[in-house]
Amino acid sequence: MASSKKSSTSKSTSRLEVKKTFKLFINGAFPRSESGRVYEVVSNKSGFVANPCLASRKDLRDAVVAARTAQSGWAKATAYNRGQILYRIAEMLEGRADQFASEISLASGVTEKKAHDEVLAAIDRWVWYAGWSDKLSAAFGATNPVSGPYYNFTIPEAQGVIAVAPAESFLAFIDAIAPAIVSGNTVVALVPGSAAIAAMSFAEVLATSDLPAGVINILTGSHDELAPWAASHMDIDGFDISGIDKKKRLELKVAGAENLKRIHSFDGAISPTRIYAFMEAKTVWHPIGV
Amino acid sequence: MTFEYAPAPESRAIVDIKAKYGHFIDGKFVPGKKHFATINPATEEVLSQISLGGVSDVDKAVAAAQKAYTKTWSKLSGKERGKYLYRIARILQERAREFAVLETLDNGKPIRETRDIDIPLVAAHFFYHAGWADKLDYAGLGKSPQPHGVAGQIIPWNFPLLMLAWKVAPALATGNTVVLKPAETTSLTALLFAEVCQQAELPDGVVNIVTGDGSTGAAIVNHPGIHKIAFTGSTDVGKKIARAIAGTNKKATLELGGKGANVVFDDAPIDETVEGIVNGIFFNQGHVCCAGSRLILQEGIADELIEKLKVRMAKIRVGDPLDKNTDLGAINSREQLSKIQELASVGDAEGAERWSPACNLSAKGFWFAPTIFTGVTQAHRIAREEIFGPVLSILTFRTPQEAIEKANNTPFGLSAGVWSEKGSRILWATQQLRAGVVWANTFNKFDPASPFGGYKESGWGREGGKHGLAAYLKEGK
Repeated sequence: MASSKKSSTSKSTSRLEVKKTFKLFINGAFPRSESGRVYEVVSNKSGFVANPCLASRKDLRDAVVAARTAQSGWAKATAYNRGQILYRIAEMLEGRADQFASEISLASGVTEKKAHDEVLAAIDRWVWYAGWSDKLSAAFGATNPVSGPYYNFTIPEAQGVIAVAPAESFLAFIDAIAPAIVSGNTVVALVPGSAAIAAMSFAEVLATSDLPAGVINILTGSHDELAPWAASHMDIDGFDISGIDKKKRLELKVAGAENLKRIHSFDGAISPTRIYAFMEAKTVWHPIGV
Repeated sequence: MTFEYAPAPESRAIVDIKAKYGHFIDGKFVPGKKHFATINPATEEVLSQISLGGVSDVDKAVAAAQKAYTKTWSKLSGKERGKYLYRIARILQERAREFAVLETLDNGKPIRETRDIDIPLVAAHFFYHAGWADKLDYAGLGKSPQPHGVAGQIIPWNFPLLMLAWKVAPALATGNTVVLKPAETTSLTALLFAEVCQQAELPDGVVNIVTGDGSTGAAIVNHPGIHKIAFTGSTDVGKKIARAIAGTNKKATLELGGKGANVVFDDAPIDETVEGIVNGIFFNQGHVCCAGSRLILQEGIADELIEKLKVRMAKIRVGDPLDKNTDLGAINSREQLSKIQELASVGDAEGAERWSPACNLSAKGFWFAPTIFTGVTQAHRIAREEIFGPVLSILTFRTPQEAIEKANNTPFGLSAGVWSEKGSRILWATQQLRAGVVWANTFNKFDPASPFGGYKESGWGREGGKHGLAAYLKEGK
């Protein structure tokens, strides 16, 4: 689909556009849904857009396995390295800003100008979060003056595997995944509806950003179907449910209590709180003596 | 050589236990309707009758806390709030011996621990948080972070007054008011604390204490006037609370169970390590959520260390908690004793090898000898489930990676220990261990300045230090 408009394909004089098959992004690869299901994205502006994959519970499980496998390596990477990779994502996205603007516009029906602004905001988000990677300990850690001959310090660490269910927009998707991964978590993103189009093109950005396979896994489809499975999955540590309808959050929190998942939702504002929500404070004691 | 010790009991004359207690609501003791007995677990002597709080008692306490929040406490400056906390800290220090004896009588833990650890830490918690009250802008939560309102706090029986302090001190320092329920078997020091609030002239309704059982706790959790829940207890109840508040805006911190791994490398200083293992599992009869209940030993030193551990365990004095020489006191309740006995029997049945030193246990009261199980595998229930008693499960490992895998192979993540003389190995292991508190070459150390809390199913949030304040505040601008 790239930057071409729907209308251009119907011109008999122009060459026929080569359209992209939208698949999933799991463990750095682009598989189809194991279920073989797709759904139609139809725009009121341009009609049929694409058939992205309707991800299944099995796809979710596969994505969690990939995320879990990748997590310790990603968390062990230096903060400097993680910051550079996040910045690299911004670089890759910048180079393809026009493509994303037209895809967002096409799939969601917003004006191209508005879509372009959204992409630029998304790029700046990556730059902003990239810079946080090596400041989290300064902001959220401490050395603690305990009453005794002990050296005592607290450092924040990534929680593990985080599921995110962002609202149906590209920026909401970026706002959910960037703060989750910068600390060393890995992510399974559940991208709903028309947001699948830009999200799956974004997977191509990730694939060329030196991001290790499995750090971000992207499933497209329905929150109603996937979110309850994510909430009850025992190997998911946290769940960002910002894009879930308020009336449907109760059910997810009840299911998530089974492994005391950290379940949070956020308004759109960017904040280091959004990073720290999916981190744990670890406190270490060691005696001081000769 | 065996030393004989003459009895050295602490006098209980310092405490004055009433025959019956009511709830503490709006600054006054209010008689309850139904009562239950609280006993000394070392003798089964009935100490007093405690009120069983119901929904209406909780209603009154929440109303009092709400009124105090809007009328007085939220209008006070942080500076003045802090001064009340300093007062409370000082009165607790003045009456420390009384609290220590009362805690030992009601809980069964040795006077040495209540006198030297529990009560001094209680005073320290109030003193520490008093200083925060007018410095909340510096807590890393933005400018002018705001309290939630009324905090509902439910605490366990293993460190009764200390858990009260962990809950009440930060709540008051941050400007919240409190409805607190002590554990069913250990209400007495909380009720004595109510007198301290009166002596400190704390405004009425800022601290309310409703005694009772699980149903009383549920009434607090479900009360619509409560804005924040703080709970310390079992993971099962923690999950119930998480479900109960799922449809509400209530905030929650949960300090839950653990199955702490104490990892010993072959270069560890062996005598210090043995002391640390004993402290890790036999401190407070093993009624410690962060106990080092899984000892993970490197194979090369396992035999030598276990022999030394047995020699050391034979010197643990089990008996009268009021005796100043006692190391291991009474199990807190008959119910808890049955749970420990049951899991220990499962250990036998699953093929682990049990060892205890010879102990002269009293026929009255609830007692369990310090116990180790060797030949434990990761599949054994005694390696997976929290026993919450003086029972240590011993596993072995060959490589450091294997040690970490075994240590982290649990849904819990509260505490861990690592023993080694090599600095880089210590730091490597502390990085790998998935636990909220890691003790290196020490164990079971606590301080109000040190955040405490778990990863995974050991809970939500932290208590203590700068990190603990976040639980009681909404972020400012």
